[in-house]
Amino acid sequence: MWKWLHPYAKTERAHQLAGTLFPWFALPGLILFTLGTVWGLVFAPADYQQGDAFRIIYIHVPSALLSMSVYASMAICGFIGLVWQIRTCYMAIAAIAPVGAVLTFIALWTGATWGKPMWGTWWVWDARLTSELILLFLYFGIMALYASFEDKLQAGKAVSVMAMVGVINLPIIHYSVEWWNTLHQGATISKFEKPSMAPEMLWPLLINLLGLALLSGALVLQRLRNEIVMRELRRPWVINMLKEQ
Amino acid sequence: MNPRRKQRMVIVISVFSLIVAAISLMLYSLNNNIDLFYTPSEIVNGKSGRMPVVGERLRIGGMVVPGTVKHDQKALLVKFDLVDTGPSVTVKYSGLLPDLFREGQGIVATGVLEDSSTIRADEVLAKHDEEYMPPELAEAMKGIKHVKPKQLDGVDY
Repeated sequence: MWKWLHPYAKTERAHQLAGTLFPWFALPGLILFTLGTVWGLVFAPADYQQGDAFRIIYIHVPSALLSMSVYASMAICGFIGLVWQIRTCYMAIAAIAPVGAVLTFIALWTGATWGKPMWGTWWVWDARLTSELILLFLYFGIMALYASFEDKLQAGKAVSVMAMVGVINLPIIHYSVEWWNTLHQGATISKFEKPSMAPEMLWPLLINLLGLALLSGALVLQRLRNEIVMRELRRPWVINMLKEQ
Repeated sequence: MNPRRKQRMVIVISVFSLIVAAISLMLYSLNNNIDLFYTPSEIVNGKSGRMPVVGERLRIGGMVVPGTVKHDQKALLVKFDLVDTGPSVTVKYSGLLPDLFREGQGIVATGVLEDSSTIRADEVLAKHDEEYMPPELAEAMKGIKHVKPKQLDGVDY
């Protein structure tokens, strides 16, 4: 039943597919993200308690949510790579990690700038903030580990293991605000009940979330193409492709 | 699935489950230490059998009891009570309060326990909830009326 997927494990087909998909991610992503950001920052109403400062949410929440889902996708690549021994998956991990690290950094940074005016502090060692910081270190660790091996097949196996072990951090980040008492507030949209947000404020947030997801996808696809070409420089199909250009 | 893949999958999943179990046990035993603050009732009644000692540095988090906020007229001193579901604890603080500080608001204060139910704080942080709504909706739903400072009886800020 999964036979149709098998050809894409080959780097050549994966490179092709990533190239075909790229514009379908990049363009809508750019449009949605611009729309959501302008809508959220300019046209959405101010919050009754926090005034205009709450608008940081339109960058903070999408990047924080995606920093976690991007990690999950990386760990899935690691699992498939380890079990089915697919090199393309290792390359995907190398492509995903820096994108996730940037998203995590944006989430931490915007969180700090939001925390200063509202809470009264840039940083506090509560469970949510600390576990998100650990996520950033996991991304850094994966990038460093991948870079430190000469043999990229070994590197791929090592980072796969690390990516999978780090998955345990994701539920900790998500439930930290419920399991322990923290300064950070509970979840607004990533829960089963109705989002605790007025609809006219919620829509730009959801649009931004989708936009940033597509943009991250586009970045990952482009990085994957680069990674494949770098790893396969001596393969005939790469040489031919480079000659044609 | 061929046997080698199956074997690899079993190994990967079992190693992963072992690590998950180890980390869960670790977090479970650390549970009390991960909390950012004590609640007022934990300070008065103790937390898992242990009473906070006078002179101990700790964090407290609770709701500001309406009507208990007292400002010193001459200095930046402020005094208020925090409560969760049980007894309340008095917090004394000297300094600037965050903008979100108001009666009924969740507050996290760091300081030294002066006596069994008083804390001298050197940092007061405001907690806010996960609800966001425009002012008109808040007024309709919660009866909260927010006025911009400059609209307050002609005072220029």
